[in-house]
Amino acid sequence: MSHLLEVQDLEVKFALRFGDITAIDGVSFTLDKGEKLGLVGESGAGKSVTGFSIINLLSKPGYISRGKIWFEKNEISSYSDAQMRKIRGDRISMIFQDPMMTLNPVFTIGFQMVETIQAHRKISKAGAQKIALEKLKKVHIPSPEQRLGQYPHELSGGMRQRIIIAISLLTDPAIIIADEPTTALDVTIQAEIMDLLQELCETDNMALILITHDLGVVSQVTEKIAVMYAGKIIEYGSTDQVVKHPVHPYTEGLIKSIPGTVIKPGEDLVQIPGMMPTLTNIPPGCAFNPRCYLKDDICMTKTPELKDAGNSVLAACHMK
Amino acid sequence: MNEDNTILSINNVVKHFDISGGFLDQLRFKKGKIYLEKTTVKAVNDVSLFIKKGETLSVVGESGCGKSTLARVVLGLYPPNSGEVYYSGKRIDNLNHEQMLPFRKKMQMIFQDPYASLNPRKTVQQTLEEPLRFHHPEMSTSEINDKIDKVMEQVGVDQAWIKRYPHEFSGGQRQRISIARGLILDPEFIVADEPVSALDVSIQAQILNLLMKAGRERDLTYLFITHDLSVVRHISTRVAVMYLGTLCELAKAEDLFAKPQHPYTKALLSAIPVVGEKRAKHIKLKGEVPTPVNLPSGCVFHGRCVYANNRCVQEIPVLLTLDNGTRVACHAVEENRIKS
Amino acid sequence: MTKFQKFKESYFLYSFKRDKVAIASFIVLVILIILALTAPWIAPMNPYDAHNIDIMDSEIPPMWSDQGESRFILGTDNMGRDMLSTMLYGLRTSILIAVGAVFLQATIGILVGLTAGYIGGKTDAILMRIADIQFSFPYLMLAIFISAIFQAIYGIGSYERLAVPLLIVIIGLAEWPMYARTIRASVIGEVGKEYVEAARVIGLSRPTIMIRHVLPNSLTSLMVISTIQFANAVMSEAALSFLGMGMPVTKPSLGSLIQAGFDFIFSGSWWITIFPGIWLVLFVLVVNLLGDWLRDVLNPKLYKG
Repeated sequence: MSHLLEVQDLEVKFALRFGDITAIDGVSFTLDKGEKLGLVGESGAGKSVTGFSIINLLSKPGYISRGKIWFEKNEISSYSDAQMRKIRGDRISMIFQDPMMTLNPVFTIGFQMVETIQAHRKISKAGAQKIALEKLKKVHIPSPEQRLGQYPHELSGGMRQRIIIAISLLTDPAIIIADEPTTALDVTIQAEIMDLLQELCETDNMALILITHDLGVVSQVTEKIAVMYAGKIIEYGSTDQVVKHPVHPYTEGLIKSIPGTVIKPGEDLVQIPGMMPTLTNIPPGCAFNPRCYLKDDICMTKTPELKDAGNSVLAACHMK
Repeated sequence: MNEDNTILSINNVVKHFDISGGFLDQLRFKKGKIYLEKTTVKAVNDVSLFIKKGETLSVVGESGCGKSTLARVVLGLYPPNSGEVYYSGKRIDNLNHEQMLPFRKKMQMIFQDPYASLNPRKTVQQTLEEPLRFHHPEMSTSEINDKIDKVMEQVGVDQAWIKRYPHEFSGGQRQRISIARGLILDPEFIVADEPVSALDVSIQAQILNLLMKAGRERDLTYLFITHDLSVVRHISTRVAVMYLGTLCELAKAEDLFAKPQHPYTKALLSAIPVVGEKRAKHIKLKGEVPTPVNLPSGCVFHGRCVYANNRCVQEIPVLLTLDNGTRVACHAVEENRIKS
Repeated sequence: MTKFQKFKESYFLYSFKRDKVAIASFIVLVILIILALTAPWIAPMNPYDAHNIDIMDSEIPPMWSDQGESRFILGTDNMGRDMLSTMLYGLRTSILIAVGAVFLQATIGILVGLTAGYIGGKTDAILMRIADIQFSFPYLMLAIFISAIFQAIYGIGSYERLAVPLLIVIIGLAEWPMYARTIRASVIGEVGKEYVEAARVIGLSRPTIMIRHVLPNSLTSLMVISTIQFANAVMSEAALSFLGMGMPVTKPSLGSLIQAGFDFIFSGSWWITIFPGIWLVLFVLVVNLLGDWLRDVLNPKLYKG
């Protein structure tokens, strides 16, 4: 087991009033030191839930019902909450879409950074402040000394996201899980934040799990990609290969439906008919079958497994 | 200004919002003096453009650039502080509620958030029949139902669902219903404010195709507001780029994407992540976007522009027309200082 | 799907069935309301009719006490009225006044709140300052003031006849700012939404948008506040009656009953005060409990499929 992180056959269920529903159904992937993985899918595909379950941050009705997660050779899926807290926010950090989810509006940036370090390390306040300053410099924040005394509302959205990244770096984590880190930001700022994340991974040999719906962003930043649909990974492999030669009809449709990829301006875009099923009524067989142009009888009854589709890409499709 | 096929023209529109609040909020104390200070957001500053019949004009820009405000000024939802809006040659920005009604039939809007743009307490039927009953009181119930059926079919929503409430639909279906409401009065001109930004990728394509199809079949003119440049490239005839309430560049879509002129447009285009391309060298802008409360002097972009000089700090650039018809407001372009 | 089926599958019913407190409160409330409304038919006697009252029956303790009589299950008051009947009639009067008062509050409050919230600006400022001023008057002061004017105009004689409408007006006028504030806040929240802009693009007039689009979406907060205001109105009526500014002793509401019994509590006739007291507390409690539950259920922030 030489991987930094290994998720094996993860299944997450939500206990709702009409019974359990499966949000994540048998998801497996690995992550090595310094590797950048993109988890891509539309809303409801289960990509955020996957991210949350790695650090055991599932909110109430959700629970891990099957599968194992190894991190640095330890099985963290069986950890207690207290054990998990030592890893979460320390060895594995998380960045959310909305910076204000992490930042407390009533405390200064400096206070929150010092607090985070002291929660994980025995260190003096002055020492913690030094680390905070160093990390702020690392995320290229102009006049970092001044920022320590500022409140979150005094900063712009892009600046806040930089602060969040700096906070996630405080404990020198091995993995950063970034859940739609740039969705709320403008394109020019998005490009800067993505540059920053990529640069950090390269200089510190940090691993990144980038959760996003934006295939463009993923293909620029990551080396590996996992495309999710209705709680399953349906295609998994090197980003270059998957994006240029998608195997699964869903991945293919997703890429072609983006304006500017294959269709000339003004012409009709390739569209995937219908929409993703809700988790309560996933069709039998392949969950994608009602929208698929390749479907055959077997797709209606048998659920496809991820299998080798050549060029070190795995795809879950009977027809390929 | 009355070019033959111009459907809408906007002349020198300015829209500022007073956000200073009550009397007590305006009180300031400085250097031993108490005085009142008003805070205004300068959302749109002196913007002029026109839209030709049948074309799709996209207004792009980042959040806070005033594109949505401009859309609402066009539709008379916000009265402009100064400037005029003409529709088919008639001035509409100074009309009262009754005088505006004939234009309401011709100009409709599609909104960004399909969860907020439909009244949660009205069924699809109620939502769609309201505009008809209001503008065409002479129509019989069966005529109205026929019309609703037709539009529902056109936007691809099952007619059997007409008695349902918005929360029973997915985001994409709601956006279809919202488009149906926009089309039901048979308008000529539609303002679409980020109509696909809130939708998933695979649904975006469906909605864009639907909008383009409706545009062709009904000979619609679109004013398309968006921040998504790949969408813009796909659907637009011409593109207007806005920054901090000011128009920086207005060009045919193919010209803009092939040869952007304004330094801001260049930076914007370089930042779009393209599927299948490794990290492209995007142009880094310096500094932060200033707030529209305190606009920079001169060219609003000068603080972030690598080509800025003294003239840019002092003098507001005017739109100049280049050989290919592109209009751009930049001193550096005028002086030929940009090497590309 | 029929309305009934939809209701059966709704989150509303689901959360109701899971909440024992809500179910118990609802059952008690329904029983109390039925008892109150059917009082003329089920009560052993009509306490408002002087012919039925015999002063010789006064201050008889409940039937399980030594001197109790089986005719008067909960005993009689100082005027010889059957306690149980008087309590049933009293609750009926209390509910009648509270419903009327809440209706009046809601009408004024919605009108003011809608206007203030939708028009905004100076209209908003003026209306809400009026509401603030109204709120800073204790309703007791208002009550004394109005009854004084009333008695000066009509004389004390007609007070007994007109006490119910008078109390409705007093409590209604005292509490409308609660409605106005709630509606205004909710309207301001709704007006910013895109569906209101869509209605404006269609060309609907302001009053139409307010009544047809905005108001229906403010109904949830209206429902929640109505339960609270209803409980408050029952309490206010009881308090006013207790202080002698409410229902006359001849037509007692719960408040005036408690007050009447208060004079005798030290002479040992505890039941005249205690029973109506428990009756009142029980009623207000179940209304408040249901209101609490309703607020949780209807709060969109807590609502999760």
